[in-house]
Amino acid sequence: MKSFVDKKNNHSNMPEIKDLEKICSQVRRDIVRMVHGVNSGHPGGSLGCTEFFVALYFDILKHNPKKFSMDGIGEDLFFLSNGHISPVFYSTLARSGYFEVKELSTFRRLNTRLQGHPTTHEGLPGVRVASGSLGQGLSVALGAALAKKLNKDDRTVYSLHGDGEMQEGQIWEAAMYAAAKKADNIISTIDFNGQQIDGSTEEVLSLGNLRAKWEAFGWEVLEMNGAHIAEVCSTLRKAKERTGKGKPIMILMKTIMGQGVDFMMGSHKWHGIAPNDEQLAKALAQLPETVGDY
Amino acid sequence: MKYSASEKKDTRSGFGAGLLELGKSHPNVVALCADLTGSLKMDAFQKAFPERFFQTGIAEANMIGMAAGLTIGGKIPFTGTFANFSTGRVYDQIRQSVAYSGKNVKICASHAGLTLGEDGATHQILEDIGLMKMLPHMTVINPCDYNQTKAATIAIADHHGPVYLRFGRPVVPNFTPANQEFIIGKAINLQEGTDVSIFATGHLVWQALEAAVALQAKGISAEVINIHTIKPLDEGAILASAAKTRCVVSAEEHQMNGGLGDSIAQLLSRKLPTPMEMIAVKDSFGESGTPEQLMTKYGLDAAHIILAAESVVRRKQAVTV
Repeated sequence: MKSFVDKKNNHSNMPEIKDLEKICSQVRRDIVRMVHGVNSGHPGGSLGCTEFFVALYFDILKHNPKKFSMDGIGEDLFFLSNGHISPVFYSTLARSGYFEVKELSTFRRLNTRLQGHPTTHEGLPGVRVASGSLGQGLSVALGAALAKKLNKDDRTVYSLHGDGEMQEGQIWEAAMYAAAKKADNIISTIDFNGQQIDGSTEEVLSLGNLRAKWEAFGWEVLEMNGAHIAEVCSTLRKAKERTGKGKPIMILMKTIMGQGVDFMMGSHKWHGIAPNDEQLAKALAQLPETVGDY
Repeated sequence: MKYSASEKKDTRSGFGAGLLELGKSHPNVVALCADLTGSLKMDAFQKAFPERFFQTGIAEANMIGMAAGLTIGGKIPFTGTFANFSTGRVYDQIRQSVAYSGKNVKICASHAGLTLGEDGATHQILEDIGLMKMLPHMTVINPCDYNQTKAATIAIADHHGPVYLRFGRPVVPNFTPANQEFIIGKAINLQEGTDVSIFATGHLVWQALEAAVALQAKGISAEVINIHTIKPLDEGAILASAAKTRCVVSAEEHQMNGGLGDSIAQLLSRKLPTPMEMIAVKDSFGESGTPEQLMTKYGLDAAHIILAAESVVRRKQAVTV
């Protein structure tokens, strides 16, 4: 797969959409297989954010997977705040070259670097902060963005958050700071699937008008359909063009929890449970193996 | 007494002075403050290095998270707010984004303990040492005076890893040497003695020295050791002193549960069971009052250290006989 990506990069900075779609199918296979393998983990949000991760790691980010450095000087940085969707994060990191794909089989097993929620503790390349306890990642991404400004490093800091995570107060502390202090080198995205553990966000605690809220806090707000990789790539590009103009950028990404596996789609039921053998077979039948299972 | 109380200064000003020096000597040191710049004495740093100072507003959780993020890119962030808002309010942020993530953040906490005074118990945290020392790999430091706080502030910049630095509001005797070398985790034997060991931290170190003078007059030779670093604990110094005197008193401006005495008791019970008394707050919140009134009411002064020392010496003698 590495050669496949390199070949594309030789021709153009922009990979073909159909190639990205192939990677998405493989990442989705990884997600359901990893979660099935240990009968635990979070497939729903992982499947819904697959296009976002693939677009980011295979198209948008300027990064150095083979030579991971914590400080990431001169590189774009990504922070996953809703750490429970670690399966899609780990699969994408492995598939883009941060570590060997075969390590995905260790997910959530004793002595693994692929902990249930991402951590720096075991030294997994590609992870720069622990996440899982929600609401903290925007502040960390913001701090990293401030460090880039101090270092006169003009790369961008990206972050991803759950929509349920918007219920955490710390998010709004960071939102207020970023706009007030013109942190315009950060592009955050909300996985807007409308679901959380206890039900829909509408039932649990309505988020109200998220776009209006972020605009009121002083952010530039974009929207995209997270299921269409071409749209994800183009929106992330548009967001990148709008950095450096005095405002932090928030993308509301409409997604469907469980995207790509029909019986998992659209329900909070698959937030944090694993498929059984029969369900795994049914899921894999919908997800062609494109670049090789781990 | 070989130590003089003639000069009195607040430990928080020692922090401010140390931070200003770090600004000059360490270009990667940055500072964050949650709307308490004057109280933390961070204004000199802010004025001298405005581009490296981050005013976060009254948003401590975001401050801790941003500090964690600033380390990514090589910065050495010093956060400043009251001890209460530096620990209890942001415990999960410190636990996940700083400690578990191994980030090089220095959490600097003023107005710790009862000596915050009149503002009362909402602000007088007495649990912060316990909260911080429980976190794996967290270093916990509680210096005793202005000079030592300044030296500790400078020293922690060169220690890679999360640190909790605790200091206070009132002016207290400034008796340790200016420009002292501060070695993290190395206890300082301030006064040798043979009958009882007094292990003190923070504002109680001076009280322990005063107690030692009074005890001498009563025929009790007290050894006074300044445990400025509660974690990692200088086990060697504590065990050596306890082996010599065979009875100990701990003294701190903190709850008994989770404090310095608790760490020493754990050590002694494992390695060298020794009669012990603890000067600490006993499962209580504080209240409004002057620092002096509160320290007396809650038993955190030289008079109470003297009583504890006499008591533990009697216990030792009872065991020996």
